[in-house]
Amino acid sequence: MNAEVKFLWHKETDVSGLDMIIVPGGFSYGDYLRSGAIARFSPIMQELIGYAQKGGPVMGICNGFQILLEAGLIPGAMRHNEQLKFICKDVHIRVESTQSIYTSSLQKDQLLTIPVSHGEGNYYIDNDGLKELQDNDQVLFRYVNAHGETTPEANINGSIDNIAGITNKHKNVLGMMPHPERAMERLLGKEDGKYIFESILQALAIA
Amino acid sequence: MFKAKVNVTLRPSILDPKGKAAHHALQNLGLTNIEGVRIGKFIEIDVQASSEEEARSIVESACSKLLANEVMEDFEIQFES
Repeated sequence: MNAEVKFLWHKETDVSGLDMIIVPGGFSYGDYLRSGAIARFSPIMQELIGYAQKGGPVMGICNGFQILLEAGLIPGAMRHNEQLKFICKDVHIRVESTQSIYTSSLQKDQLLTIPVSHGEGNYYIDNDGLKELQDNDQVLFRYVNAHGETTPEANINGSIDNIAGITNKHKNVLGMMPHPERAMERLLGKEDGKYIFESILQALAIA
Repeated sequence: MFKAKVNVTLRPSILDPKGKAAHHALQNLGLTNIEGVRIGKFIEIDVQASSEEEARSIVESACSKLLANEVMEDFEIQFES
């Protein structure tokens, strides 16, 4: 995508000169205790938290989302999937807000097909917190069916309010359970994830 | 040295899929009198401290920083006498 990528090891402590940081998915420290709970104390996290608090764009995908929640950069927490199954499949998500660098070149209500792959993606926040998310337009993606409707069946893991991706109040930090980086190339099946990265590059004027 | 026993439990309002699955299985085993199951974590901690008070405050800090996620979990600390 014509963007230079630098891989940072969790023991590094220098995040200077970066346009954005992506915390990828996978598993961290065996996800003992709770997903992301121990990774949240990796040496690099202190720097990452400072970077995010200064307004630097940070995107957490899957385990990355869980780590950002544990670090308190985004409100809420993750529970085990309602059906206790590890879910690995393509899902439909709907763009709920275009007021962020992650979605500014997408359309509101646009449907994206992006895979999920997680056992703990059941997003939780209390009622007051949920209202705050809604009032501040912090919900970027919701799980929907093929017709774009937020039905209980489309809510694959039991998340509150069908939430698939949210930002912090300042909208520079995004956490999402679906994996856009696994949907980048039509030849490999799908490319809807690419639109999110294109939006970021465009908004940050990198590409 | 002090030995702390810590229970970390999901708040009552939070859905517990593991507890629900275990409850379901117990019902299938014929234990139909069981009306609910909630699954939490039990953690034993050895602490070096000069008093139980000091040990408690160390364990409390361990719980709120790492062992429990206070967005959805509560914790309870007991010391072995």
